[in-house]
Amino acid sequence: MSVALSAQDITRALTRISHEILEKNQGSTNIVLLGIPTRGAHIATRISSIITSIEGAEVPTGTLDITLFRDDLRMRPPRAIMPTKIPTSGIEGKDVILVDDVLFSGRTIRAALDALGEIGRPRTVQLAALVDRGHRELPIKADFIGKNLPTSKNQSVKVLLSEIDGRDEVTIEEEAE
Amino acid sequence: MKHLLSISDLSKPDAISILDTATELARVSDGAVKKLPTLRGRTIVNLFAEDSTRTRISFEAAAKRLSADVINFSAKGSSLSKGESLKDTAMTLQAMGADAVVIRHPASGAAQRLADSEWMSGSVVNAGDGTHEHPSQALLDAFTIRKHLGMGGSDLFGLNVAIVGDILHSRVARSNVLLLSMLGAKVTLVAPPTLLPVGIHNWPTTVSYDFDAVIPHVDVVMMLRVQQERMSDLFFPNAREYSRYFGLNGERMASMKSGAIVMHPGPMNRGLEISAEVADSARSVITEQVTNGVSVRMAILYVLLAGGALEVGSN
Repeated sequence: MSVALSAQDITRALTRISHEILEKNQGSTNIVLLGIPTRGAHIATRISSIITSIEGAEVPTGTLDITLFRDDLRMRPPRAIMPTKIPTSGIEGKDVILVDDVLFSGRTIRAALDALGEIGRPRTVQLAALVDRGHRELPIKADFIGKNLPTSKNQSVKVLLSEIDGRDEVTIEEEAE
Repeated sequence: MKHLLSISDLSKPDAISILDTATELARVSDGAVKKLPTLRGRTIVNLFAEDSTRTRISFEAAAKRLSADVINFSAKGSSLSKGESLKDTAMTLQAMGADAVVIRHPASGAAQRLADSEWMSGSVVNAGDGTHEHPSQALLDAFTIRKHLGMGGSDLFGLNVAIVGDILHSRVARSNVLLLSMLGAKVTLVAPPTLLPVGIHNWPTTVSYDFDAVIPHVDVVMMLRVQQERMSDLFFPNAREYSRYFGLNGERMASMKSGAIVMHPGPMNRGLEISAEVADSARSVITEQVTNGVSVRMAILYVLLAGGALEVGSN
């Protein structure tokens, strides 16, 4: 096991992502942050509070569960459905920023795009991920990345967050064969 | 979990996870989205060998909202009325590739028979078998109670529920007694002695013959339909007497706790076990039970069907 990002690295990465989001969208007035449960939701909350401290205005933040839209449901035992909370301002005409912890095959994001399409029609959809580990199976690319981690397919990337795991850390582990 | 045949097959965490899943799915039904792609390509057969309005429509709506294909199959108008056996019917369904069968049957144990047999490989959901069980109804009742009175908890600990009326013939009562007491509620059965089954004292409930003594102390009053079609004997002298002692009317309702709710699985005999005044009152959550039924049945189908069995070549 090796540590890819320390707690401090994660904080710096999220601060940079927050600034990049503001730069690209020229402020926070039209943006909505949607985190993909569970860890993406916590990262979205953190980005939201960083943006609030920079801009001085609250950013609508919610969660988007994509379980019901997955294309690999049949390959695994049933998963628990997590809450979807769309901010009351809605997503119609907004710049929606999807937030996830690890970007891997891209299938989660495809499912998220389907889920969004059922809720409304955002002006743009952008993607922020704490870690991009490569191995895409779909033509999907992140707009904001905390760290690119080149990995092999038999490694696994673990994101630990203090809200759930008690500490902040990103590790790479060799998967046992 | 492959089948849903009886509440006794569920553990408490299983039951709570179905209720939690239903809570999330209810938001789908409330929102603009009425359709999810989750069960696309799955075939669900509603095999109803006994009449039903709510349960069949509810399972059909639930399956359709999850994008499954639904085939409705009722005794009337099918070969079941020509005397075809359950085995031959099941083998026909298997040959057509049914992923799940939702079965309602007048014989207790029919769902279990279908699930244990080699006749078909799909999931079996018991939608009411004779006087045995009706697990999806109990789950939707628990869901409705938790939503109104659960105070944010995941179970029903500390709540008092009275189930009133024709316990003897009621599969709804059997499933509810098992589920509600598993979830921590105290269940009191109120009925004339003739309408209580043999061995009732082994159930995890208390029994009372005095509705008026029970009603001020409970949070939920669940009225049951008097099932005249299953009554081969005389169980009470006449309808007026039954109604006077065991019916819920406006006067009795007035002695209920504030915040207590009235439930009925339907169909109601208005004027017999429940008066129209009560059925249409603010305490009544009877139509809400129907709405919640769709979310709970979506959750059941999701839990049984969405996660595939591990197939060859999958990871």
